[in-house]
Amino acid sequence: MKPVFTYTKGMLPVSTSYCPGCTHGIANRIIMETLEEMGKLGDAIGVAPIGCAVLCHQFMNVDMLEAAHGRAPAVAAGIRRAQPDRLVFTYQGDGDLASIGTNEIVHAAHRGEKFSTFFINNAIYGMTGGQMAPTTLIGQKTTTCPEGRTVEQAGRPIRMSEMLSTIDGAVYVERVALDSPAHVRAAKKAVRRAFEVQEKRLGFGIVEFLSICPTNWGLTPADSITWLRDNMIPYYPLGVYKCPEGLEND
Amino acid sequence: MAKFHVEFNRDKCKGCGLCKTFCPKKLIDLTGPINSKGYVTAVIGREDECVGCASCATMCPDGAIEIFREE
Amino acid sequence: MAEKVLLKGNEAFAEAAIRGGCRFYFGYPITPQSEIPEFMSRELKKRGGAFLQAESELGAINMTYGCAAAGGNVFISSSSPGISLMQEGMSFLCSAECPATILNVSRCGPGVGGIQPGQADYFQMTRGGGNGDYRIPTFAPASIQEAVDILYEAPMLADSIRNPVAVLADGMLGQMMEPVALPEPKKQIMPQDVPAYKPWALTGYDFKPDHQRAVVKSLRLQPDALEKHVEKLFEKYHRLEKELVRCETIGLDGADVVFVAFGTMSRLCKEAMEMLEAEGVRAGLIRPITIWPFPYGAFDALDFGKTKAVISTELSMGQMIDDVRIGVSGRLPVELIHRTGGMIPTSLEIVEKTKKILGALK
Repeated sequence: MKPVFTYTKGMLPVSTSYCPGCTHGIANRIIMETLEEMGKLGDAIGVAPIGCAVLCHQFMNVDMLEAAHGRAPAVAAGIRRAQPDRLVFTYQGDGDLASIGTNEIVHAAHRGEKFSTFFINNAIYGMTGGQMAPTTLIGQKTTTCPEGRTVEQAGRPIRMSEMLSTIDGAVYVERVALDSPAHVRAAKKAVRRAFEVQEKRLGFGIVEFLSICPTNWGLTPADSITWLRDNMIPYYPLGVYKCPEGLEND
Repeated sequence: MAKFHVEFNRDKCKGCGLCKTFCPKKLIDLTGPINSKGYVTAVIGREDECVGCASCATMCPDGAIEIFREE
Repeated sequence: MAEKVLLKGNEAFAEAAIRGGCRFYFGYPITPQSEIPEFMSRELKKRGGAFLQAESELGAINMTYGCAAAGGNVFISSSSPGISLMQEGMSFLCSAECPATILNVSRCGPGVGGIQPGQADYFQMTRGGGNGDYRIPTFAPASIQEAVDILYEAPMLADSIRNPVAVLADGMLGQMMEPVALPEPKKQIMPQDVPAYKPWALTGYDFKPDHQRAVVKSLRLQPDALEKHVEKLFEKYHRLEKELVRCETIGLDGADVVFVAFGTMSRLCKEAMEMLEAEGVRAGLIRPITIWPFPYGAFDALDFGKTKAVISTELSMGQMIDDVRIGVSGRLPVELIHRTGGMIPTSLEIVEKTKKILGALK
């Protein structure tokens, strides 16, 4: 029997703690698959966030460090200085990157830090039970905007890819989605591009993954996919916002 | 016509149903046995109609699906 | 004997940390220690290291955490309000058992406060402003030379105990100039040395002798696991309490009054002691050099028959006095002489206040 699809060695052979249908599982996997294909699992050092992925260091088969909420880009900057030759990445959610950690991510981009950030945008705070995130959509109901987010109360959702792409040091910025096999395959290409940008030491690279949160959206996984497609993609358009020359078509 | 074998890891399956949603040939259903965690697991019927697209495995967040091809 | 150079405190501190093995500095400007990041930005690259001005002290402490976890020897500095911002990171460093050398060139508070020297960070440094149970060995030098000697040893000490080591030097020490003998630079630990020296550090598992991946963390959701972890940390801290405690005592035998003071205040007390001696009042001094662990044992050597009072002398509203009371254990009255807001007393003022205290006790 020839293998057509087998689970990457980059993920430890354990059950994840993610909810049923949570696309963290897909995002974790495609990042680790990429590192395995590059032969770099033993070369990589990852930084885990606070959020649903706080335990990702129990699933990702690489050296890993837990960071305080939002601080992963600063922590990664420190790792990069101590270990100039390794592949370094951060894995962060909405609160981590777009709320408490906005200062850290902006300055990492600004300095053109030579590591890759993988940003999971599911428009809600998962781990703490479904509160509003900076990325929650107008009208979307969460436990801290029970009647739906309004512009007056909370402002409009923040578009991180667009914002970071205005910074010179951020040389690779792409938004992808995990809502279909085709999109997941495209997302994996983006992960590969991010690591290539890092290997070439061109500057800071970030991939934003539009993701589902069935538990806190109160929808089945299947319906969550539809919700993402109908609501998130129009507000958060997919695409390459910035890319170094020559890497666009990889 | 290649024959594909789709293996489900019952213990890892959380019954999320994404595999069922994305199988283009509608071969997967959530009618498998309940596992030790209490999830109703996914199962493939009519495996001989599988074309090996791996959409199910691609969308499985839990690595519960592996696909092999008969030589 | 090494040649002596006249150096500003802040620059001497930075030089000592580099010679002690620190290759990395992450900092943010804040008075009265901005000379330290400035010095590091000029010198570190020349000396095989790297400098990064962080976006804030919050960024700086987290860069320290990442760098230390990946085997780097890090020295960071700030002043009181910046140290407040770093508390989260200090708790993380202790839990994750990552070494670092941390210097607080303290000013007066609370809040933004002032830029003059203060000692009101005593609680912050010794009780820890971060969450949870942890301890950080903290040294309180009273001269630039003493600070240099301590900062020179701190990086390797931190490595050996897998814990941050802190130094509390007030703003006076940072800004003044004194002649200093600088020690010979130690051998630096480079990235390729890390797997051998620090097998626990993150280097990518291909580069470790056992090819096992490492996780550096502080999250332990199982209560029994977390309890076990904290108990293990405290076994270390209990050992350090015995091994690291340091103080200077002067003239306890036959003393009418004993000052307890550290840093700049201890220098003023020494002058006050000479002035009191001339007036027939014999004064002694207990000068903690480590404020954690605090030298409680030194108080057992007080002359309980002769000494009338122990005076905690501080540039704060009285923080070290809590530890002085523990050390004295009710065997003598404990009083406070203090100034705050950046007002530095003269030795004459200390003499006057001491005589008033002794007068009231009659």
